[in-house]
Amino acid sequence: MNANPGDAAFGAGQAAPARRQETLTRRVVGFFLRDRRAMVGMILLVLMLFAAFAGPRLVPYEPDQPNVRNRFAAPSWSHWMGTDRSGRDLLARVLAGASISFRVAIGAALLALVIGAPLGAITSYIGGLVDDVTQRCMDAIIAFPARLLAIVLVVLMGPSVVSLWFAIAFSSIPRYARIVRGSVLDQKEREYVEAAHAIGEGRLAILFLYILPNVLPPLAVQVTLDFASAVTVEASLSFLGLGLVPPTISWGGLLNDAQQWLEEAPWLAIFPGAALALTVLSFVLIGDAIRDHLDPRTRRRGGLR
Amino acid sequence: MIRYTLLRALQMIPTVLLVTVVVFVLIIIIPGDPVLSMLGYYSDDITATAVPHEVYDRMFRELRLDRPIPIQYLYWLGDALQGDFGKSVVFRVPVIDVVLSRIPATLYLGTASLLIAIAVSVPFGVWAAVKNDTWVDHMASGFVLFGVAVPGFWFGMIVILVFAIYLGWLPSIGYVPPQEDFVRFLKHLIMPATVLGLDVAANILRFQRTDFLDQLHQDYVRTARAKGLPGQLVIWKHVLKNSLIATVTVVGLNTARLLGGSTIIETLFSYPGLSRLLIEAIYARDFPVIQAVVLWMVVLVVIVNFFVDLIYAYLNPRIRYTTA
Repeated sequence: MNANPGDAAFGAGQAAPARRQETLTRRVVGFFLRDRRAMVGMILLVLMLFAAFAGPRLVPYEPDQPNVRNRFAAPSWSHWMGTDRSGRDLLARVLAGASISFRVAIGAALLALVIGAPLGAITSYIGGLVDDVTQRCMDAIIAFPARLLAIVLVVLMGPSVVSLWFAIAFSSIPRYARIVRGSVLDQKEREYVEAAHAIGEGRLAILFLYILPNVLPPLAVQVTLDFASAVTVEASLSFLGLGLVPPTISWGGLLNDAQQWLEEAPWLAIFPGAALALTVLSFVLIGDAIRDHLDPRTRRRGGLR
Repeated sequence: MIRYTLLRALQMIPTVLLVTVVVFVLIIIIPGDPVLSMLGYYSDDITATAVPHEVYDRMFRELRLDRPIPIQYLYWLGDALQGDFGKSVVFRVPVIDVVLSRIPATLYLGTASLLIAIAVSVPFGVWAAVKNDTWVDHMASGFVLFGVAVPGFWFGMIVILVFAIYLGWLPSIGYVPPQEDFVRFLKHLIMPATVLGLDVAANILRFQRTDFLDQLHQDYVRTARAKGLPGQLVIWKHVLKNSLIATVTVVGLNTARLLGGSTIIETLFSYPGLSRLLIEAIYARDFPVIQAVVLWMVVLVVIVNFFVDLIYAYLNPRIRYTTA
């Protein structure tokens, strides 16, 4: 036996996490099979991810390859989504935009989680002045409209994938901090925490090994919904010309470009927007389904189905 | 109620101060020389070396850059409180005049979309709630999903495509002041206001539904049912009344968003409101204007939240007793 608090004193406790893991996996899979919304969302998401990462190799055109003799071609068998003002294949461009979109959104949501959750956990566990000051700072961040904050930050840091991560993540940090804070304050007084104290667990061990697992489900919901909003915010920033700029291809940039040719080439606006909407929809469907599943009130009523 | 109002008003002060600090710090951390940008040069502009030393030094002192940063902040705050945000680098007039000239357009758009949002969401929400689990309810859910998933600028483009380009009923972009030509003003307003309004309506409906489901499981509903009130009466008389409190809150929160303007919609429809001004100022690196617009938007949110809390406390006495 070593002194590691994780496996000290619990002979039986070692077997328990493994069993729990198994049932958790089964429960998650079962949930996606049973809930129609979650399933539709998951299928959509898998399709979009496949399109983003395998798609570019399946399309016989390069996204940046101009073809002046084939400008503004309407959708057809050779160009499923048509071509743009330089004759570039729109499908290839939308697929290229997909991978950028996912990279920005996943990075931004995870960054907010990685900063916000520990911040909320540690400050609420310490309590007192540290907690109060952090809370006031969070209030000030929340007072900024999320998109405005993202605009200002991206202007300050310049357009790049990393600065988009920070710009988009910043305004959702307080949400994670609050979710975790609420749960920690709630769980802190429970008997199992007292029991952990009694057997001599350290404060950090209690926080991360005992309390945090209870906060994971609401965090999962928040991350999923954050993917959705990050995809939208990234697209809006690029649409405004503040996000990623050409030659980087993003859906927002494609839509910005499409604006001038709405009359001549409406497909330039329709397809990138549809890809964007379907991606956001997939995350929202999954996030809503998990949230309703976790919330006994809506589960009993059937919720939004 | 008075006590609650005062307490809540006092709580605004630290938030607003913190926000002013953030907005002030923005200017300091922005790369570039504030004197040169005031004189209309980009910081990497080679011709900036042509600026005479005396001019530069005078400007440096005028902008109080020789003082410590906390002192600069206090001066800036004092000026800002009197409505003095300096001069716009681009327009060469006081920032406050530029901002004020853009406020009416944004207010018209905000008010119109708010009215559309309420007119759509409240009756629809109530109807869907009463007819729980019927086609009306499913339609409401579909509408919410649509509103959340479909980004405003794409929906806006589709609307322009249909109503301006194919049908030719409405002008696609632009703005006409109402005092100039009221009919044309309305024609320009309809599309952006509808796109923005439906987006907000979906948002309101989303909250309304959650709250309604929440209310249905409260003890008072069980009590009302237990004493023999018919189901429909319980819903109409008790549940709806209580869930309207939440509707007021979410409408209030969206009001702040709408009055600040929507960058996306104003840009898409070339609508000369505040948010459009912000984007223009960003393109032109007109930092005093950026500061003023950002500050206005955030202070607006804080003030609207204050009033929302007051209405909420007025409607729900439990709030004022627990806080006070």
